[in-house]
Amino acid sequence: MGAGEEFEPRIVAFLCNWCTYTGADLAGVSRLQYPPNVRPIRVMCSGSVDPMYILKALLDGADGVLVGGCHPGDCHYVNGNYKARRRLGVLGAILDEFGIDSRRVWFRFISASEGALFAQTVRDMTAALKAMGPNPARALWLA
Amino acid sequence: MFVCWCGLNIGGVVDVPRVVEEISGCPGVARAVDYRYMCSDPGQQLIRDIIREERLDSVVIAACSPGMHESTFQSVAESAGVNPYRCEIANIREQCSWPHQNEPLEATRKAVELIRAAVEKVRGDEALSALSIPVTRRALVIGAGIAGMQAALDIADAGHEVVLVDRLPHIGGHMAQLSETFPTLDCSQCILTPKTSEVGRHPGIRLLTSSEVESVSGYVGNFTVKIRRRATYVNWDLCTGCGLCTEKCPSRTPSAFERGLAEEPAISIAFPQAVPHKPVIRPEACRHFTKGKCGVCEKVCPVGAIDFGQQDSLIEEKVGAIVVATGYDLHPKAKVGEYGYGVYPDVIDGLEFERLNSASGPTQGQIRRPSDGKVPKEVVFIQCVGSRDQENGYPYCSKICCMYTAKHARLYKHKVPDGQPYVFYMDIRAGGKGYEEFVQHATEEEGVLYLRGRVARVFQDGEHVVVFGVDTLSGKKVEIRADMVVLATAIVPASGAKELARVLKTATDEYGFFSEAHPKLRPVESLTRGIYIAGCAQAPKDIPDTVTQAGSSAAKVLTLFSAPRLSHSPTVAAVDEEICTGCGICVEACAYEARALDTRRHVAVVNDVLCEGCGACAVACPNGATRQRNMARSQAMAMIDAVMG
Repeated sequence: MGAGEEFEPRIVAFLCNWCTYTGADLAGVSRLQYPPNVRPIRVMCSGSVDPMYILKALLDGADGVLVGGCHPGDCHYVNGNYKARRRLGVLGAILDEFGIDSRRVWFRFISASEGALFAQTVRDMTAALKAMGPNPARALWLA
Repeated sequence: MFVCWCGLNIGGVVDVPRVVEEISGCPGVARAVDYRYMCSDPGQQLIRDIIREERLDSVVIAACSPGMHESTFQSVAESAGVNPYRCEIANIREQCSWPHQNEPLEATRKAVELIRAAVEKVRGDEALSALSIPVTRRALVIGAGIAGMQAALDIADAGHEVVLVDRLPHIGGHMAQLSETFPTLDCSQCILTPKTSEVGRHPGIRLLTSSEVESVSGYVGNFTVKIRRRATYVNWDLCTGCGLCTEKCPSRTPSAFERGLAEEPAISIAFPQAVPHKPVIRPEACRHFTKGKCGVCEKVCPVGAIDFGQQDSLIEEKVGAIVVATGYDLHPKAKVGEYGYGVYPDVIDGLEFERLNSASGPTQGQIRRPSDGKVPKEVVFIQCVGSRDQENGYPYCSKICCMYTAKHARLYKHKVPDGQPYVFYMDIRAGGKGYEEFVQHATEEEGVLYLRGRVARVFQDGEHVVVFGVDTLSGKKVEIRADMVVLATAIVPASGAKELARVLKTATDEYGFFSEAHPKLRPVESLTRGIYIAGCAQAPKDIPDTVTQAGSSAAKVLTLFSAPRLSHSPTVAAVDEEICTGCGICVEACAYEARALDTRRHVAVVNDVLCEGCGACAVACPNGATRQRNMARSQAMAMIDAVMG
């Protein structure tokens, strides 16, 4: 990153096949524009996102991780989104203890019909991460 | 590795030649090629040719979303000898070129990384084949209102046995309580009884009334259902339905069918057209059960059908598909205190008005108010009671109230020509064939006075029920000294719907209506394969929509039954038994009872056909013994590396 060049955060997004991934498709179909900083990975359920994946992404230098799941009560697999919410709650506490700001990990309920919400979430997250600056883990681990 | 231009959709933003160049050098990539329209016939042929030329064992297609053409490309790959589960899609259109139209450099970089991730995933993909499961060609229909009856008839007419269950002693549901139906003013019983009698005599329908589903196990094509049939204390095989017992029974308690507007004996047939036309004893009202003496019915029965010793029976049925048609209830009395419902006898709900207006009802179809039997000369109808009410009720619209209120007001005018009906409404929602015309007729031809606004208060003043409200169109306060008030109370799911959903292991929404698999494209399939929904169990709807949905759910059942065997996705959980400790955490994590412990070998096992492949158990597994096929941890980790550049 040269002087004067704006910091561009990298976001890894784990998106539930049934809702947020489809919502992201809808954003594209609707030609809603959002920053290209996000790298989506399709998962079957937000409840299948292993906290290790998030740690791995953060240690690899990702500045933020987005997990997108179905709204409460709408999980395609009954209750995977609740499992994800609990796991991410615990993970957040651990991240803070290890000096990684848990605000870098976002869990959002975005349904298949909420393309605009997906686009806005990526915009908001990119802006928030720009304000926070690069993930310090990147410097620590990749030094 | 194939990159699609999709004309300008991808190629207009993403630098496709550059992507091809960058991907060509990736480990595992034998060849990268681009083509203008990969989904076209020549594009598909190109894929097949290159698979054969390079003897590929897996392919990645960078194109539109997997939601669009994943199955197309999987079958193309399969036709050239590649296992379809080793075909991955990189979504570089919906999630790359389209949302980043003004950033071609970044979009190109993103496309490369998404393709690399797909390449990494496909390298770990196992060659799988779809699981095949048998199908039992019998159906269970829960609820025998108009929805359940229609579904049962359609399935049975196609030659498949149906078990039709209803918790009431008779079939017909709420439609049996209605007097007339909108928008034609057909007599409800007259259009219903052909259906009820057909259901009653259909050789392909096993009718279980006074029965409830107690447990369901198994999966699509192979459900085992336990049904509790409550004791009726009448041997229906002997009973001729003569009705002598119901005449002589000395007990009288409020009738649920008549919504409490009339009393019924403890042994009764709810209404004259009831199917089955056999009486049941309600033990809570029967003197034999409550006081230990009586037995009048037993004495008068000419065929000796009364059986006080009858017990509940448990019936087990094996079915391949289930239709849920459990219908609705009305927003309960206790919750509409603001309008005096349940406090003032002349404040009634819509179904009570139906009974007052019904020829077989407590007043033989004359409009007489409950308190003193007088003919009401001023009647106020209030719409949206509990519906569209975030604070005291439900945010949703109950859909049928605008229409049935217009119907009530018109029927009232037909029977009390010198009476005045008023309707308080928020909006008139009359979408439907002939519906708007029906409401127009009420306002323009029949003198029904519509007042746009909410009612603030309802209170009793002597003989009158006074209604205070505001007409928001004129801005004036309105006070009506009415003789009777009819509330269009909200439609809510039938009591027990959430519990039934739990038994069926399928989902309801926050109100308890059964959730459909997709709000637009899969409106009658539940979130559980093999379970379908029809009628108000899914959401408030009128009779035509209910019948349509019931027919549609029957068609889905018949489609299921037409396959010799059912296929099931093989991307399910798998266990490495070498390292599984048999701790059982996966069993708890599973929402489908697809995981179990093999207590003899002390390892966890997977029932492949029950497993929906959600991956919850794989995450829960503390030592990585469980993996999700074709989304193993190693694959996810490699994908993260790939997208991180």
